[in-house]
Amino acid sequence: MDFDLIVNILFATIRTGTPLILIALGEMVAEKSGVLNLGQEGMVLMGAVCGFMAAVVTGNAGLGVIAAIIAGMVASLLFGFLAISLVTNQVATGLALTIFGIGLSAFIGAGYVGMAIEGITPWEIPLLSDLPVIGKILFSHDPLVYLSWVLFGLIFWCFRSTRIGLTVRAVGENPEAANAIGIPVMKVRYGAVLFGGAMAGLAGGYLSLAYTPMWNEGMSAGRGWIALALVVFASWKAERILLGAYLFGAASIMHLVLQGLGFEASPNLLAMLPYIATIIVLVVIANDSIKAKLSTPLALGQPYRPQV
Amino acid sequence: MMGRNKIATLISAATLALGASFVNAEDPLKVGFVYVGPTGDAGWTYAHDEARKYMEEQLGDKVETSYVESVAEGPDAERVIRRLAKDHGLIFTTSFGYMNPTLKVAKKFPKVKFEHATGYKQSKNMGTYFTRAYQGRYLTGLVAGKMTKSNVLGYVASFPIPEVIRGINAFTKGAKEVNPDVKVKVVWASTWYDPAKEREAAETLMLQGADILTQHTDSAAVIQAAESKGKFAIGYHSDMSAYGEKAHLTSTVHNWGDLYTQKAQAVIDGSWKAEDVWTGIAQGSTDLAPFNDAVPADVRELVEAKKAAIKAGEARVFDGPVTAQDGSVKAKDGESLSDGDLQGMNWYIDGVEGKLPQS
Repeated sequence: MDFDLIVNILFATIRTGTPLILIALGEMVAEKSGVLNLGQEGMVLMGAVCGFMAAVVTGNAGLGVIAAIIAGMVASLLFGFLAISLVTNQVATGLALTIFGIGLSAFIGAGYVGMAIEGITPWEIPLLSDLPVIGKILFSHDPLVYLSWVLFGLIFWCFRSTRIGLTVRAVGENPEAANAIGIPVMKVRYGAVLFGGAMAGLAGGYLSLAYTPMWNEGMSAGRGWIALALVVFASWKAERILLGAYLFGAASIMHLVLQGLGFEASPNLLAMLPYIATIIVLVVIANDSIKAKLSTPLALGQPYRPQV
Repeated sequence: MMGRNKIATLISAATLALGASFVNAEDPLKVGFVYVGPTGDAGWTYAHDEARKYMEEQLGDKVETSYVESVAEGPDAERVIRRLAKDHGLIFTTSFGYMNPTLKVAKKFPKVKFEHATGYKQSKNMGTYFTRAYQGRYLTGLVAGKMTKSNVLGYVASFPIPEVIRGINAFTKGAKEVNPDVKVKVVWASTWYDPAKEREAAETLMLQGADILTQHTDSAAVIQAAESKGKFAIGYHSDMSAYGEKAHLTSTVHNWGDLYTQKAQAVIDGSWKAEDVWTGIAQGSTDLAPFNDAVPADVRELVEAKKAAIKAGEARVFDGPVTAQDGSVKAKDGESLSDGDLQGMNWYIDGVEGKLPQS
């Protein structure tokens, strides 16, 4: 395997991992507040279709990204209204949101299938992209990849050393106690769910505007579900989500590259590689199963009814 | 209800007595379609729905069509087909997984005619049909073999089943005929549809030297990937030129319209019979999308000549000598592979790199 190939694999790893990072980080924040939203796949598709449509109509991919974020937020608001305000079952509501999102995105995007746009093109960061090796791997991506790093940094910092992070966690661990010390539980949960929706919508926009600039039904191809699993395997830790998503990306690239190199194995077996790799590594990282259990937000999936 | 049924029976008895020609003039033939995907998907189902509209245009008020889209293969399909069978004269079921449900319903409705795409089971009132898409693959192979500079062609494949392998072999055969040095690299994406993964597979192939790509997956991501790297690509299912102005050389496209028109006309004439139809370039059901300006005139001429020969029945894609990758001779000079060989194809032709995975 020559050096260029390795550089290219690492470059592609980052691109492949990016949508997973966005979705998983958003879901992590929602889950930290105690809300389990299984509607990721639906929100990603809503983001993808609305982002693409906005980009086509306005001719501006940047506006497309904003539309994608808003679409994800609107979808998550619907979920929030049902699951938080009306206290419906979170699992059922989330699944319904996924089905709804898949259907609605197909319906509203029907007229946009087969259109071609330029999409978001890579930005080479001056100076940094000229660095040998690292420059090609890290600093010649499209702006949404850099944005994913910024968002990761913000979320990591937020849960490590800010009051907002503590507040969200308190609501997810024990909403009654949080309420007792004056935290507006409902507002925090709404905020976390909306943030999750925005991230999922952004991931959709990344798919339809940057990764493969086109709209086609179901183009998220199950990434919402993979990201959901990633949150659990990463035991609700942002840095592990980042690592897990890139591992997943690397494994799915390797599956294709190994075939190109004439590696003789069943492609179906190789297609399992990313899943196996993610599970193994994250289990190893979190081998202390009790620790993993403890990091689960205690009130996850439990509805909260404010005492009147 | 009773009374109404009686009246209906009387009326139909009367019309029967008046003869079939009268019925034709009064009642259009109702033709139903069952689609596996949404009509707007620009791929498989899209092509079928375009054909339905084409048939309506051709036959005018002699037919009346309806369709049900996104029907899951399985119990749902049987319910949908049964419902259509109650008031339709001819029903097209357009996916492999509808084979058994169609057969089941066909037995219960002996007066209704059924046509199933891509299957292998027939009955008295159920026929099957498919396109010889591999003929288009062969022609695009000629284009790729002529135009490659690196002599490495890339093929993004879905699953190792005969239909896909046949496409790879036909493409390779075309390319090798005009360029003996050419090699075809295949990457199995293990999915029919995942644009991001298809794109990564395409990039992998380009990294390993492929300068012309094609795919047997459903999205246009491979074309986009080629466009962004300044390489060439060949599409599949429908004209994918919109995704790569410079990259897209041509596409193999399916064209079911004439077949649907003929089948409906046959039912109207009373000449319909259940058969296994495998049409291709000769009937226009397999064709190529318009060429990119980048395709030189001599290549176009070559392709047109080969196409004409296939159309006239003077040449076939798998005319011998056909040598498999392992050196075994599948067809000698002067022989040709049979349809049976093609339908069960599970070996790579000489010129494909790598081993065929066991499905």
